[in-house]
Amino acid sequence: MADLIQLGVFVALLVVGYFAGSMIERQHYASIRKREQEYRDVLAFMVRFPFDRTTPQRAFLVYGTVVVSADYFKTFIAGLRNLFGGRFRSYETLMERARREALLRLKAEARRKGSKMVVCVRFETTTIASGWAPAMEVFAYGTALVPDDGSLRLPDPRDGVSRLLGDGLVRPRS
Amino acid sequence: MTEGRTGSMIVSNLELIPGRRIVAHYGIVQGSTVRAKHVGKDIFASLKNIVGGELKSYTELMQEARDEAVERMLAEARSMGANAVLNVRFATTSIAVGAAEILAYGSAVRLDEQ
Repeated sequence: MADLIQLGVFVALLVVGYFAGSMIERQHYASIRKREQEYRDVLAFMVRFPFDRTTPQRAFLVYGTVVVSADYFKTFIAGLRNLFGGRFRSYETLMERARREALLRLKAEARRKGSKMVVCVRFETTTIASGWAPAMEVFAYGTALVPDDGSLRLPDPRDGVSRLLGDGLVRPRS
Repeated sequence: MTEGRTGSMIVSNLELIPGRRIVAHYGIVQGSTVRAKHVGKDIFASLKNIVGGELKSYTELMQEARDEAVERMLAEARSMGANAVLNVRFATTSIAVGAAEILAYGSAVRLDEQ
């Protein structure tokens, strides 16, 4: 009887984890896409130096952080997957969501402080908890710039500098 | 959130500030803090682990910890007479389950007055 109850609890947790987890994931993705549109005007670059190094600019550190956890179902699937190896699809989406969220928070802070350009963006990931209740932190930081004369100088796509722009941090503007 | 000029200090992970000149170097400064979660929050977080998603209490914890680490780093830089910390880097290590060390370090410098 006790075994049956245990099994019941386990299955219930799986079911709740699956449905609630995918709902939360869908909502999160919807919210990420919406805010990525909103923050399109705040540009984030991987490049280490401002494109314009001579005009005096106010520069300050901005960061965004998020701690995410997998749902019970994902953790269970990942446990199974561990036996065979291969892609952990369920964790891939989790980490992707976290990265995009961290970057959005970085952009939000930059905009709140009057900046439209963040350079030298770096990501850092830390495992906060593992095992049956895994939690990961994704942290994005960079330097926000505010030109003193108010003009925002963007790199000319025709010069070589645009080759240095990074890794999809600049989303298409159309 | 750390202000750009916390007590007139400039903080950046760049090696230079556009239009400003570095007039003195003071070497590496660092600030760190070790944080653990509140037991109540821990229990809530483990419940939250069933459905997944963001663990807001942990996010806040990490945010506060980073602010604290940066603040300590700045205090050290200020005591040396620096007015900026450049090339700032962060490192995080989990020391035990639920406890993490957050480290911020950078180069303390003096920039010329604008």
